Amino acid sequence: MHNKSVAELSAGLQKGEFSSEELTQAYLERIETLDKNLNSFITVTAEQALTAARNADQMRQAGKAGSLTGIPVAQKDIFCTEGVRTSCGSKMLDNFISPYNATVVERLNAAGMVMLGKTNMDEFAMGSSNENSYYGPVRNPWDQKAVPGGSSGGSAAAVAAQIAPLATGTDTGGSIRQPASLCGVTGLKPTYGRISRYGMIAFASSLDQAGPLARSAEDAAMVLNAMAGFDPHDSTSVDREVPDYTANLTESIEGLRIGLPAEFFAEGLDDGIANVIQAALKEYEKMGAKLVDISLPNSGLSVPTYYVVAPAECSSNLSRFDGVRFGYRCDDPLDLEDLYKRSRGEGFGAEVKRRIMIGTYALSAGYYDAYYLKAQQLRRLISDDFRQAFEQVDVIMGPTAPSVAFDIGEKSDDPVSMYLSDIYTIAVNLAGLPGMSIPAGFVDNRPVGLQVIGNYFTESRLLNVAHQYQLATNWHRQVPPGYE
Amino acid sequence: MQWEVVIGLEIHAQLATTSKIFSGASTAYGAEPNTQACAVDLGLPGVLPVLNKDVVRMAASFGLAIGANVSRRSVFARKNYFYPDLPKGYQISQFELPIVEQGSLDIELEDGTTKTIGVTRAHLEEDAGKSLHEDFHGMTGVDLNRAGTPLLEIVSEPDMRSAKEAVAYMKKIHSLVTYLGICDGNMQEGSFRCDANVSVRPQGQQEYGTRAELKNINSFRFVERAINIEIERQIDVLEGGGEVVQETRLYDADKNETRSMRSKEEANDYRYFPDPDLLPVELTEEFLQQVRESLPELPQQKKARFIDEYGLKADDAEVLTATRAQADYFEELVAACTDTRLAANWVVGTLAGMLNKESLDITDSKVGAAQLGGLLKRIIDNTISGKIAKEVFEAMWQGEGSADDIIDARGLKQITDSGAIEKIIDDIIAANPEQVEQFRAGKEKVLGFFVGQVMKASGGKANPGQVNQLLRQKLAS
Repeated sequence: MHNKSVAELSAGLQKGEFSSEELTQAYLERIETLDKNLNSFITVTAEQALTAARNADQMRQAGKAGSLTGIPVAQKDIFCTEGVRTSCGSKMLDNFISPYNATVVERLNAAGMVMLGKTNMDEFAMGSSNENSYYGPVRNPWDQKAVPGGSSGGSAAAVAAQIAPLATGTDTGGSIRQPASLCGVTGLKPTYGRISRYGMIAFASSLDQAGPLARSAEDAAMVLNAMAGFDPHDSTSVDREVPDYTANLTESIEGLRIGLPAEFFAEGLDDGIANVIQAALKEYEKMGAKLVDISLPNSGLSVPTYYVVAPAECSSNLSRFDGVRFGYRCDDPLDLEDLYKRSRGEGFGAEVKRRIMIGTYALSAGYYDAYYLKAQQLRRLISDDFRQAFEQVDVIMGPTAPSVAFDIGEKSDDPVSMYLSDIYTIAVNLAGLPGMSIPAGFVDNRPVGLQVIGNYFTESRLLNVAHQYQLATNWHRQVPPGYE
Repeated sequence: MQWEVVIGLEIHAQLATTSKIFSGASTAYGAEPNTQACAVDLGLPGVLPVLNKDVVRMAASFGLAIGANVSRRSVFARKNYFYPDLPKGYQISQFELPIVEQGSLDIELEDGTTKTIGVTRAHLEEDAGKSLHEDFHGMTGVDLNRAGTPLLEIVSEPDMRSAKEAVAYMKKIHSLVTYLGICDGNMQEGSFRCDANVSVRPQGQQEYGTRAELKNINSFRFVERAINIEIERQIDVLEGGGEVVQETRLYDADKNETRSMRSKEEANDYRYFPDPDLLPVELTEEFLQQVRESLPELPQQKKARFIDEYGLKADDAEVLTATRAQADYFEELVAACTDTRLAANWVVGTLAGMLNKESLDITDSKVGAAQLGGLLKRIIDNTISGKIAKEVFEAMWQGEGSADDIIDARGLKQITDSGAIEKIIDDIIAANPEQVEQFRAGKEKVLGFFVGQVMKASGGKANPGQVNQLLRQKLAS
């Protein structure tokens, strides 16, 4: 069953070939045997999953099933789940049982989906390798030595290993697309505002966006249908009609104008990756697309801009973790100051502390104009580059990441080199645009992702473009050895 | 040396919404600790604020009422600092782009002149919770019921030159926000409170002296006392050759002194930045027009109308319109009894005295306007005298019923039958021959004695005018 697409699973459930309970049981057994090594889950909610599966089967019998009813899903541990530990990959929240559901969780539950558990991630979504998790690193199913990418590393690894048919992720600077690329799965970061952020533990509020990780564009489209939509609990979610994202998948892409930013193919890009991307572009040309050279002249400023904006917002967002009301509290505080210092000092990991300090500095009196304000101005320039590009082209393509999965420990002492893993993805978050990563080949037996970037609210188009590629190629069907 | 005092006030008016500024939790006062704090107020991981539309309307109405600029675009910012009763580690406030800027209002000075006080800005923000230091055996309890309560912080220019002016300004703002219905004005419950920036400088000097900020003063009386005590302290420091330090000071009402809370060096760097969870507030001309049209009659307009429509004296009109509740009471009373002067006298006199004695607000008066109207009618139609009316009023206050019931039950109806009054007068004259002689010898004052005796004999019920007239006749004969 675990080799089937979501559409096939949905059809199987509908025809009565298997029940949701049987399907859920099958995935739970795979998690039980395969995840000991992978470490892609922080929490497996087996009992709740089987109850939810039985409810889904009853819904089906009552004729109330939708296309996702009874389909298992893994939730990134950044989404609050009522009655279940929601750790965000941090010691700080190791004891936090959320009293409420995130809107994303609520919506998938309402669609009848069955949550298998909560996936591993870099602490508070800060990282590109999943090595910053309090619960230990996740292994890349394609190579045990390699990282899965991050921060949604657990979700990407779980989908790649087929121990979950679908997973949710969040993407602040590439945290869905980069691990999708490194694990060889399909990941979509929608337009900022398309999916509610309510109940999704904030890292950088103006950049964070939830999205699906799946084995194909078609699967991603099905779950996006359930995730997307306006939420009155999130003022930054957009009140705009949600189309059926599966409706246009089969449209021809004849005449599609694909923009290739010179900056995405310049130095720093691994040759092997460049070859894979060129091959994918040839495939698109065969389908009738046209390649257009474009420029995003300010994209080189993305990483420095991001590393002011994101830490600044995170330094404020993470202030609530103070040991007073929930989460980790140090033993025997001497006084209030000691309570704050030790609870935060002991509860947060090194990377989180680094970013809180950078952000606090950037917002300080006397530095605000030079850093935060300047970064906001650059952000506008970066957005303007894309706006101009989309006057000439329909989508933009390039690599998702500058290299394939690196080895665990390889970059952990070099934060700047780690930050550069997101060099192609960050600009998309700064501009608030939708972006995808789809499997396009391998280098040294490690997967390579093709990034597809669209204009605001063109998720349907992106999914269509990705699906057409997946009809013509088999990269997305590859399964890591040992997980067939 | 002659010192000039410079005062600016920051007033926090709690907006009278039913739910909080960024969540749906109730704002009702006095609930059990932490029973009115939802996930958003607790600052749980993942929660987001959603702006309560009512607070925008309320702030806009305040801005329009003081002739200020109501910003078409205002922005919420985060003010970052750590404190146990601040759940998110930041307060959502407005910093660079507040909703109201540059207004003013007039205050009346003791010499009868008026002075214009500038309002620099008014911005929306959320209140913090409360730290409870008692009953926790060396620990601190936190009550988050108040966290997220909407506040309008109204910042004045440093235009006031005495504690009296500061109080007059504070009362004006209090009157305005209660008229607008945007704040209940309850100072005991902390719905209306004030910080005062106080400095002194030598008379004639241009630049301001170093200021101290007096925190959280919760009554008009304390504002005046706290400022005066602080002025004395600063002058003492300066005249002793010292320097005033820029700092925050707390007023201790029990000891009637101010003491240092924290100095400028210890002040936080709040690291303000626009809150990315909230969109800028953009107001349309249509919205502002709607707010403008729905503004109630404001104190100045009402005072002018009271003088014009009811023929009141200016100072009576001023007192009656000082609060909206009192003005409303007066108008309801006038609807029940037509003598506006009489009505005004009763509201500012007997009724105000009784309310003051029992520390009651006029809205909690034990005698309603319609009830009081019933009493005044009986004065107007000569059923009872003004003096008896006071007795009846007290009985009404004790809940003994309507004016007519009490007059009947106690037999207080005025005696207007000349025969009956003459009978009493004859008896009194017969009993006091000495005083009769004195009167007839030209000692006019003795008439008062006779009137008193007759009234006493009649149990206060004889019509005083008739008594006077008949006494003169009888004594003259």
